[in-house]
Amino acid sequence: MNWFKRVAQNILTRSKKEIPEGLWNKCPSCNEIIPVKEIEENKYVCPRDGYHFRIGADQYFKLLFDGKHEFLFEEIQPVDVLGFKDKKPYRRRLEEARQKSKASEAVVIARGRIDRIPVVIGCMDFSFIGGSMGTVVGERLKRAMLLCAEEKIPLVVVTKSGGARMQESAFSLMQMAKTAAALSELRKAGVPYIVVLTDPTTGGVTASYAMLGDVHVAEPGALIGFAGPRVIKEAIGKDLPEGFQRSEFLLEHGFVDVIVDRRQLKETLSRLIRILTHKVKKANGNGKETLKAS
Amino acid sequence: MQVFDWEKPVVELEEKLKELYEQFEEGKMADRQAIEAMEAQLAQLKKSLYSNLTPWQRVQMARHPDRPYSLDYIEHIFDDFIELHGDRRFADDKAMVGGPAVLDGKSVMVIGQQKGRTTKERQYRNFGMPNPEGYRKALRLMELAERHGLPVITFIDTPGAAPGIGAEERGQGEAIAYNLLRMSELRVPIVSVVIGEGASGGALGIGVADRFLMMENTWFSVISPESCSSILWRSWDYKEKAAEELKLVPEALLKYGIIDEIIPEPLGGAHRDPDAAYAAVKAALQANLKKLRSQPIDKLTARRKEKYFQMGRYEEKRVVE
Repeated sequence: MNWFKRVAQNILTRSKKEIPEGLWNKCPSCNEIIPVKEIEENKYVCPRDGYHFRIGADQYFKLLFDGKHEFLFEEIQPVDVLGFKDKKPYRRRLEEARQKSKASEAVVIARGRIDRIPVVIGCMDFSFIGGSMGTVVGERLKRAMLLCAEEKIPLVVVTKSGGARMQESAFSLMQMAKTAAALSELRKAGVPYIVVLTDPTTGGVTASYAMLGDVHVAEPGALIGFAGPRVIKEAIGKDLPEGFQRSEFLLEHGFVDVIVDRRQLKETLSRLIRILTHKVKKANGNGKETLKAS
Repeated sequence: MQVFDWEKPVVELEEKLKELYEQFEEGKMADRQAIEAMEAQLAQLKKSLYSNLTPWQRVQMARHPDRPYSLDYIEHIFDDFIELHGDRRFADDKAMVGGPAVLDGKSVMVIGQQKGRTTKERQYRNFGMPNPEGYRKALRLMELAERHGLPVITFIDTPGAAPGIGAEERGQGEAIAYNLLRMSELRVPIVSVVIGEGASGGALGIGVADRFLMMENTWFSVISPESCSSILWRSWDYKEKAAEELKLVPEALLKYGIIDEIIPEPLGGAHRDPDAAYAAVKAALQANLKKLRSQPIDKLTARRKEKYFQMGRYEEKRVVE
């Protein structure tokens, strides 16, 4: 087994970071100018007001995995079956996304360890056509789910998506049913499935695997919903309440289990997975941290 | 009856023909020759018009206000239907109807999205846009069917799941997502029929099925052509183009393996001859249920999942180091 060797190397990647490159960066929330290095060291959370910057799959992998990880299903690549053309042909949108995004598609799957526990993480990436779900997203996730069911490996999916990818039309829609059916298998296998909801998670992604976790963890302040706020505003002709469709709103209404600061995300996932898979150490009696890896 | 602009030649000819009939009745015409010629002309015109509809025209047909709705099909196809209300959680959603019924002397569960015809009815049915409680009601009925071994039939006819503050508060996404998961593993046969509009997750929320059928003049897509136009072209003016690009007509979807069967409609659409439409849908349901009932349930659910696992098109590129 070569779990920790990167066997698949994405031949299509180009370098571009979600956070603009440079030495300084402005926090969109508090407008402070902050050194990029300081933001990175703070796990892409604004050290001034706790704003969570939107980051890509590679950054989440760095934050969550112990170190080495093996990319899976990179060979699954999109095709323009329908010959879809809006203002631009879909084919060209795909080429541009490949140039622009570090990710090989809107979801990237990798296998590695969190605090020594073997896990598979599927992480969506907004820089690839808005994190939209087409066939590749559904297919890679389905394969990850079936692999985890087969090998009894806990699965974490970090969601970040504008919804289904229109350019693949009904094929995109059917990925909702595909992933839901694969999650039925994962549930049957008794394997933990944890969703990390990040900003933004909407549309067909929300109406499928994002809302089917054993546990729903959300980053603070993330937009999470089925219909987008603009659509709802147009439909009802009224302004939307403050904080509508944010993580805190969903927790209040019972659809998010816990809101976790990105700086504590790895520790929380580790703890959840350990408890759900019975990999716990004896309590030390003080009710505090008892779950450190031995 | 609402007539589309592009249907006007048919309607004009129909009116002329009606005049000829009247003249003949009144004895103003000696023989039927002129009538027969015009009848032939009309038949030809209808055939060429209705069998060459553009995708956008199909969308219009699917939305025709006189098309039969779920409760019409239920009334004319099934016996002993008893509508059951409510999701046992929050409320009774009027945009989703359902209950047990009898088809060919056998028990079934029938569920459908329901639109209204008059302004008042439309509001009452929320334009066929279910809220989370609608999806949860549908699931409750499916699980009831599962416990008692009743095959499930769903009629899809929605412009989409309801957008709204309440819908989001009560978890529209979660409600649809959970239906997809449970339908994929439900231990009874499921047949879905798109009878009008099949918009996105709102349609799929009752549409994970062993057999997925579409009537001829309906559409099924990830998004409505209007919304697609607004998002991708940033204008409402490209709905016809969007309808084409989305490949939302049944023939395209059959070709791509997304749907299993097309139910032909009477010429000019289901609303021009509802009885013929009921008969066609009934025959399709009978044939499909007969096949599904004979399969062992484990095999059936495994096949259903496999069908969805296979959906989509992608390339498998060999990645080299």
